[in-house]
Amino acid sequence: MTRLNLLLLLVMIVCALGVVTSQHKARRAYIELQKAQAEAHRLEVEWGQLQLEQGTWGMHSRIDKEASSRLGMHVPDAAHVRVAPLKSGA
Amino acid sequence: MKMANYKATANYSVKLQTWRAYSVLGALLALFLLLIGRAAYLQGYKEDFLIKEGEQRFTRKLTLEANRGMITDRNGKALAISTPVQSITAFPSDMDDLSASQTAALASALDLAPEDVKRKLEDKRRDFVFLRRQMSPEAAERVMSLDIPGISKQTEYRRYYPAGEETAHIIGFTDIDNHGQEGFELTRDAMLVGKPGSREVIKDRNGFIVEDIASIEAPRDGQTLTLSIDSDLQHLAYSELKQSVEINKAKGGGIVVLDARTGEVLALANMPSYNPNNREKLDPDARRNRALTDAYEPGSTMKPFTVAEAIEQNKITPNSMIDTGNGRYVVGGYTTTDAHPHGNISVQQVIKYSSNVGAAKIQMMMSRESIWNLYNELGFGTQPHTGFPGETSGRLRAWKNWVPVDQATMSHGNGISVSLLQIARAYQIFATDGQERPISFQRLVAPLPGKQVIKPETAKEIRDMLQMVTEPGGTAPQARVVGYRVGGKTGTAYKPENGGYNFSRYVGSFVGVAPMSDPRVIVAVMIDEPSAGKHFGGDVAAPVFSKVVAGCMRMMGIPPDAPQNTGAEDTNVPAEKEEM
Repeated sequence: MTRLNLLLLLVMIVCALGVVTSQHKARRAYIELQKAQAEAHRLEVEWGQLQLEQGTWGMHSRIDKEASSRLGMHVPDAAHVRVAPLKSGA
Repeated sequence: MKMANYKATANYSVKLQTWRAYSVLGALLALFLLLIGRAAYLQGYKEDFLIKEGEQRFTRKLTLEANRGMITDRNGKALAISTPVQSITAFPSDMDDLSASQTAALASALDLAPEDVKRKLEDKRRDFVFLRRQMSPEAAERVMSLDIPGISKQTEYRRYYPAGEETAHIIGFTDIDNHGQEGFELTRDAMLVGKPGSREVIKDRNGFIVEDIASIEAPRDGQTLTLSIDSDLQHLAYSELKQSVEINKAKGGGIVVLDARTGEVLALANMPSYNPNNREKLDPDARRNRALTDAYEPGSTMKPFTVAEAIEQNKITPNSMIDTGNGRYVVGGYTTTDAHPHGNISVQQVIKYSSNVGAAKIQMMMSRESIWNLYNELGFGTQPHTGFPGETSGRLRAWKNWVPVDQATMSHGNGISVSLLQIARAYQIFATDGQERPISFQRLVAPLPGKQVIKPETAKEIRDMLQMVTEPGGTAPQARVVGYRVGGKTGTAYKPENGGYNFSRYVGSFVGVAPMSDPRVIVAVMIDEPSAGKHFGGDVAAPVFSKVVAGCMRMMGIPPDAPQNTGAEDTNVPAEKEEM
């Protein structure tokens, strides 16, 4: 009887330690999750800002201005355009 | 005597002690009962409240902000996007007075005047005050690094519009609290805002989250709204319109570019415009989306509809001769005039020269009801239902109230008013073999079914006439595009004023389709009150049409349908002045 009781006590102590450890692990894992979520949020914000930046730099009005003023480009006039027709049957 | 005295005294004192003992015992008992009663009361009646209060000490309900949805053009380019910014807040009631140097440092970090900062923090009765809203995260970090107690930051979202004034009228803007105020920000607000979520957590003494105690309600971000607008075309349309409005010293103007095959709006711009990123000084006049909210008298751009209906009713053919005589035609006491008499001309020439008398005579061949039916079917007098706030229905009176003069003048666009979008939509029937489709500002996967208004052959015949308008001798040779066959109709109208017309104020317009062999776009241009000498639609609006169409053809990759090396030189032939 005493032996059984001692055995059960031992089992109980092991179980209790198990609970403590798993709770600790859960907390640790939760902190990791928090960090990952914060990182995801930060990346999302950055993605939004990059999209905005791309939108601003890539606006047609700016490219138009840069092309004509800095690179000296312009739309070719009619005299400089040649149309290459598809030869039928070729 | 002495003995008796003592006894009496002793008896008295014992009596007194008993009384005191009982009273003390009673008081203690009462207090004890009070404690039991209080405990029972807290356990029994107030239990729920206390549990809740207790939880409030360590659980926190966090709001998870939903991001407002993006608005993009048809190719996914962002036209409106939200990004987090920081607002600096203060709690004046909890703050000590700042030293002069602290105030100065704070003011310079906030980019405000020191007096403003001082004034905002002065009122100690206030619990909460915004020092400055919507700063960039870096600027907010500089303020926080000053480490002034009582100052904190708070994340908010701010809306940015990369295309600025070019798309201002379509997209609109939001207020500082992210509620849509104009344009699609207003009408699609419900779709864009999303739904904020929440989570309940346990926080420890240091403010770290220990665990979630209820399931997380994830925030639902606003949906992305994909418009039918092509931002490259939009830029082209806006800049050409702006140039024409400035050259002609006009009061305003509008341009609409429609996809002829689907009814989608590819570009829509107005002058004057405004910058939605900077809303501090907003002229309410510039906020109006004129192409949708303002009706104008369309002038001669109405003539092709009269001719189309007469051909449908077999009253005329494109080659029928109409006698416009000496340029005067009296209907019901009102004289329709042509400034240049054209004599006996064909129906085609009525359009080419824009003869008022010719159009009025053709109009009078038909019944009032049939003309009203046509206009009604084209959508004049009813709102286009594009999902845009404040769109006008224009003005089309019931046919029963028409007197003959009304019928005659409507053929050349007087006595009827339409919005620029309505007239662009109506021109679909010429561009699509007689079908009219609903207008859409959102990108369509497949075109919506159209309704057949006129026969395909009639549409083809009208297209041929519209092309003549842009040929030498027509009213709009400046509308030509090298390499392509294009067509359209000019319109020049006096502005109605106080029940009559003001003969020194004009609206010049041009509505056209391109390319003629297989129309892909419809472009409508309107210039309001040009005042630099030119006022005919062929002079002020047609050049805008030409440049925008040339750009459209290039960007959409549409092969030229006209023989090369035609006519860049003969656009110098002076335009036939259209009749007004």
